Amino acid sequence: MQKSLLIDPDKCTSCLQCEMACSFEHEGVFNPARSRIKIFEFEHGKRAVPYTCTQCAEAWCLHACPVEALVRNPATGAVEVKDEICVGCKVCTIACPFGTVNYNPDTGKVIKCDLCGGDPQCAEACPTDAITYVDSAWTGYERMQAWAVKTDSKAASA
Amino acid sequence: MEYVIVGAGPAGVIASETLAAIEPGADITLISGEPEPPYSRMAIPYLLAEEIKEEGTHLRHTAGHYDQRGIKVVHERIAKVDPATKTLTYESGGSRSYGKLLLATGAAPVRPPIPGMDLAKVKSCWTLADARQIIEGTKPGDRVVLMGAGFIGCIILEALFARKVKLTIIEMADRMVARMMDKTGGDMIGDWCRAQGVDVMTATKVTAIKENVDGSLSLSLEGKDPIEADLVVCATGVRSNIAFLEGSGIETKQGVLIDNFMQTSVPDVYAAGDVAQGLDFSTGEHDVHAIQPTASEHGRTAARNMAGHKTAYRGSLVMNTLNTLGLISTSYGLWDGTEGGDEVVSVDKENSRYLRLSFKGDVLVGALALGLTQHVGVLRGLIQTKVPLGKWKQVLKDDPHQIMSAYLACVQDATRRRAA
Repeated sequence: MQKSLLIDPDKCTSCLQCEMACSFEHEGVFNPARSRIKIFEFEHGKRAVPYTCTQCAEAWCLHACPVEALVRNPATGAVEVKDEICVGCKVCTIACPFGTVNYNPDTGKVIKCDLCGGDPQCAEACPTDAITYVDSAWTGYERMQAWAVKTDSKAASA
Repeated sequence: MEYVIVGAGPAGVIASETLAAIEPGADITLISGEPEPPYSRMAIPYLLAEEIKEEGTHLRHTAGHYDQRGIKVVHERIAKVDPATKTLTYESGGSRSYGKLLLATGAAPVRPPIPGMDLAKVKSCWTLADARQIIEGTKPGDRVVLMGAGFIGCIILEALFARKVKLTIIEMADRMVARMMDKTGGDMIGDWCRAQGVDVMTATKVTAIKENVDGSLSLSLEGKDPIEADLVVCATGVRSNIAFLEGSGIETKQGVLIDNFMQTSVPDVYAAGDVAQGLDFSTGEHDVHAIQPTASEHGRTAARNMAGHKTAYRGSLVMNTLNTLGLISTSYGLWDGTEGGDEVVSVDKENSRYLRLSFKGDVLVGALALGLTQHVGVLRGLIQTKVPLGKWKQVLKDDPHQIMSAYLACVQDATRRRAA
């Protein structure tokens, strides 16, 4: 069964371990600015929401790519960026309505969550189980909905 | 069903793939007007800049991609469509029938009607063949004049800059990328280019080009001194390829008019991509967008409808993103505001940062940004979901850079309410 990231903001302490682990895994440096998962704070830091790609079924990014540089990994279900093919046109970054594909000006390519090939380091690093990697047969949209139910009740009143 | 798709750009290719997925074993023919494997014009600037090889422009990279899906790719140009007999006539003289037809013939560059545009050293940059000629025809230090600082001009600009030519941009409008940037943003892009040694001349009109005895070119300018060049690249806009439809009975304006099911005025004939004049998400009018996301969405939606899966199109949101010598610009929807709407602007000229958000009531309807590369897509999320921003509108008016927080609070809240 395919797995997906399950995010429970109620458990997030904004420790940034996930951002550190992500940037180290992908960029070889401990630098939250290079992370594919981001913590957003509300209510002046009283509440934190980890946010990253849900690998949604619609895959707006993949369909918008003009050169087939975004490909779904059949093993993990993640939409991955093929660096050797990406030309850096950034159309995916504006096409993704969730804002989870970002342009990296240093490399001239885009970056997004790839579930670390099936061993997501953010979940591994999270000390409070705010991010877990769980079995899931859900579609991207259902994931998004569940994520919303989990996240927004307090965020909306921030 | 015998499906024929004319045009092998993104709209045509995605439509053929979608048809093959919905109806395995269907008779699908993809007709390309160029002698290349289906490729992306969007990737051409990166070829010019020598960041990729020609294969890197191809829309698909797996050997046998089309064969495996039962998609026959043929190379012909269409002279005529006859819906009465459901026949296509090729420019080469042959003809073929169709059951359902998709017009995805794209657009082609237009050139201003001035003397000298037919000179050999005045090029367009639209096809792979054009790109090869520009690559062969320029060497570092050459004086290159780029006519037109629109979206395509600016993409080519990046590539020409990388070829280390001496660049001059001539633009008729009062600013760069006038169709995706307001005066503030367009001027900031112009200043950015000048700072990197590019000569930018806005509000300037070329009246004639002539060849000098030494083979160089001389451009006459309205009210200004003429300038010399070794090569002129013309990027003064594109127009939908609809000439071959004359007399077919298929209704056209700027492009082929399509209904909300991507069908033209004639049964069993559909249109998608740069050639199609379809529903605009923001205005409710019908418009030619000529952008990649619209081509992709058109292609998929047209294919579904052709295959009998009635799928209404909710309209395309205009969106563009551009890298002008390292300065990233983005525009969405009604970026220049809307009647009865209001907006918030944040300008930081020193750091080339700009953000302008346009609202109608408490809904975001358009956005412009310079220098924004992180989570930029949430602007689309906010616009396309039409989510009421409620009190977050005031937060944004106080600080427009709070878009990500506003998105998380508002869009996720709307999603939850739908789920409940």
